[in-house]
Amino acid sequence: MAPFVILGRFFLEFIQDTGGVFLLMGRTFQTLPRTFANARSTLQQMDRIGIGSIPLVLVTSIFVGAVTSVQAAYQFHGYVPLQYLGTVVGKSVTLELGPVLTALVVGGRVSASIAAELGTMKVTEQIDAMEMIAIDPVEYLVLPRVLASTIMLPVLTILSDLLAILGGMVVANISLHVSFNTFESGLKLLFHTQDLVGGLMKTFVFGFIIALMGCYHGFETRGGAEGVGIATMKAVVSSCLLILVSNYLLASIIFRIIFAPSS
Amino acid sequence: MEQRANGTIVRIRGLGKSFGRHRVFDSLDLDIVRGETLVVIGRSGCGKSVLLKHITGLLKPDAGEITFEGEDITRFTRKKLYQMRLHFGMLFQSSALFDSMTVGENVALPLRKHSEMSDGEIAKVVSEKLELVGLTGVQNQYPAEMSGGMKKRIGLARAVAMNPQMVLYDEPTTGLDPIMADVINELIRTLQRELAVTSVVVTHDIKSAYHVGDRIAMLHEGKIIYSGTPEEVRRTDDPVLRQFIEGKAQGPIKPI
Repeated sequence: MAPFVILGRFFLEFIQDTGGVFLLMGRTFQTLPRTFANARSTLQQMDRIGIGSIPLVLVTSIFVGAVTSVQAAYQFHGYVPLQYLGTVVGKSVTLELGPVLTALVVGGRVSASIAAELGTMKVTEQIDAMEMIAIDPVEYLVLPRVLASTIMLPVLTILSDLLAILGGMVVANISLHVSFNTFESGLKLLFHTQDLVGGLMKTFVFGFIIALMGCYHGFETRGGAEGVGIATMKAVVSSCLLILVSNYLLASIIFRIIFAPSS
Repeated sequence: MEQRANGTIVRIRGLGKSFGRHRVFDSLDLDIVRGETLVVIGRSGCGKSVLLKHITGLLKPDAGEITFEGEDITRFTRKKLYQMRLHFGMLFQSSALFDSMTVGENVALPLRKHSEMSDGEIAKVVSEKLELVGLTGVQNQYPAEMSGGMKKRIGLARAVAMNPQMVLYDEPTTGLDPIMADVINELIRTLQRELAVTSVVVTHDIKSAYHVGDRIAMLHEGKIIYSGTPEEVRRTDDPVLRQFIEGKAQGPIKPI
């Protein structure tokens, strides 16, 4: 019996969470007309979520670019001339690595911090206190965070793309002896604007997911310190999983329908 | 009977609520009369706080009806609930002050959100309300710098900032030393006199119940099993109530 009970409980919890997330999403969209009334706290959140994540994005991106360069050169060895190194680095960074890795590292940082903050507010009755003075917690807490994250993740991704390409370029020059000019011409060779745009389009959705998961699990926090810990973990795990799953769905929509190859 | 109905501000009929398999309320009935201080007593975990959350619409019942000024709040939209809550003030068990805001900002928040007052007028009301609870010059400090008793008083100042019709107190004296508990009890009495509010206090502190209550109701096993004046409670021979007020382990209430 036990395995069925566990499976059933897991399934019920999954359905309950899915419903809850969609309800919160709907309620967040309903508060959109109140965006300007909450502009100040949205700007504060943009600073915390966006500007605060720059050091993390900086380190991650430079090393991701560097490792892409080194490993691409290893795979090219004996088959493909190194003048195409820039092409591969540019393509992989703008299409996949920049958007997804930025979303994963920023997602970990931001969804955890949102869930811990809102979770602590929930267990210390601050959310109920807000409700009691007739302030909608979704408008006051969720809307600014969701907007800030949705706006700032694409901005961070642009920075990440630039830094990763730069990292790849420097490593190619120093350890693989590919000149900046050669790398740059490789970069330009098969560059399509839609690669960059398509990659950035995904990040709006990723940014939305990160803040929504943080808020949802924060609001669902039960109990005390342990509950806040569990909520934080759930927020990070669910935002990372949803980023990876939605990445596939978005890639299918963007690159097979919107920017479908014409031939 | 009719006159009593007119004096009722909140009427609860057949309230039922369960969390999973745990049944908290089982067809609970309760009337709250305008202007009175009703104290609801009962053991820890018997659902006293949950009752307050139903009266304010923070939780929805599984069954039954709760009316405020004759209107069934269980059918209210979010907007209507928010309008109703402007008439309510609530002091939470943990005070629930917003720790990212100063004391002054905490008390000012309801006024900033729901009144047309200027910053100067708001500052004046804030210092008036803080003075009412016996605090001065703490506006720029943060809740983390305050003691438990001070936090409760600030929570109370915030609860009455909008001059509510009804103030709800969730375990106002729990976790306080006996002297501070008495200060809070006195404050509840003072607010009732000066602001003429209807108050509902939930507590398991029987001393506090005698001190502040016009009427005491006992919540036990999901129902209100007794309701009477403090004098009637003192003289009661109801075995459950006797055991509770005398704080004995032996009796009809079994320790969990």
